[in-house]
Amino acid sequence: MRWAVVQFPGSNCDQDCLYLLQEVLKQEAYYVWHKDSDLKNADGIVLPGGFSYGDYLRCGAIAKLSPVMKSVVQAANEGKIVVGICNGFQVLCESGLLPGALIRNKNLKFRCHQQLIRVENTKTRFTSKYESQAVLNLPIAHGEGSYFADPSTLKSIAQNKQILFRYCSEEGSITDFSNPNGACENIAGICNTKGNVLGLMPHPERAAESALGCVDGLGIFQSIINGS
Amino acid sequence: MKATIIVTPKKSVLDPQGEAVKNAIHQQGMDCVTHARIGKIIELDISGTDVTLTRQKLEKIALEVLSNPVIEDFRIELE
Repeated sequence: MRWAVVQFPGSNCDQDCLYLLQEVLKQEAYYVWHKDSDLKNADGIVLPGGFSYGDYLRCGAIAKLSPVMKSVVQAANEGKIVVGICNGFQVLCESGLLPGALIRNKNLKFRCHQQLIRVENTKTRFTSKYESQAVLNLPIAHGEGSYFADPSTLKSIAQNKQILFRYCSEEGSITDFSNPNGACENIAGICNTKGNVLGLMPHPERAAESALGCVDGLGIFQSIINGS
Repeated sequence: MKATIIVTPKKSVLDPQGEAVKNAIHQQGMDCVTHARIGKIIELDISGTDVTLTRQKLEKIALEVLSNPVIEDFRIELE
């Protein structure tokens, strides 16, 4: 697959994403600067984590207006794979490619630690390599990662099986205690109705090599590549 | 013309900053404050003299850039 890793001013996880794709997964991957609208026929697009535009106005609010995002929206509508990680998830919600929004963490703390999440739906292009209800250990690092959607949206995304990851305990239970940021229904990651756009707050690119101590994040990208 | 756009979180959205500020006010001994919500003010200088047209432009700006309609409301003051 050909992968485009988008860089906004303030993105800081772009290098980790490129490294994962090029060095670990041996994919063809390259950066695309936010002012460029040419994704160079990418099959997959990654919106990396960071603090695009310093989180000014709202996280992802200004990034969504970058020239590259018109091309990303078009690619998503054409069925190409789009993965938004952390700030990337915020940009996807701001741009309307995913429903809902990410708001300030309920406890007002920036949460930077390992976090357990449960795989809720393995019948997707992003999760087919995982066992059903598998518990993954991925790092989180965010101050505004609490997923919010109104009741009718929450009902709709549940019915359409768009909730892919939820924060959970070691036993795989969905509890208040295991929710690091107050997200509605412990939602950590979702996809769109077509199943080609993923947004998640945890960082799979930081858990994709044994040298990092954990490879739980690899499955997302392996699922995409194997299904392509 | 000068426009002031006030953006506030929707009442249905948890506002932890507002809660923290309310608690801080209570710590000052002023428990008469029952709710606090934190929003933002954006001041714009906008060219043009037609009030109706200007308001329409400001609505578009407020909806597409200054606020996220999923979680925020806005109101426009124009002078």
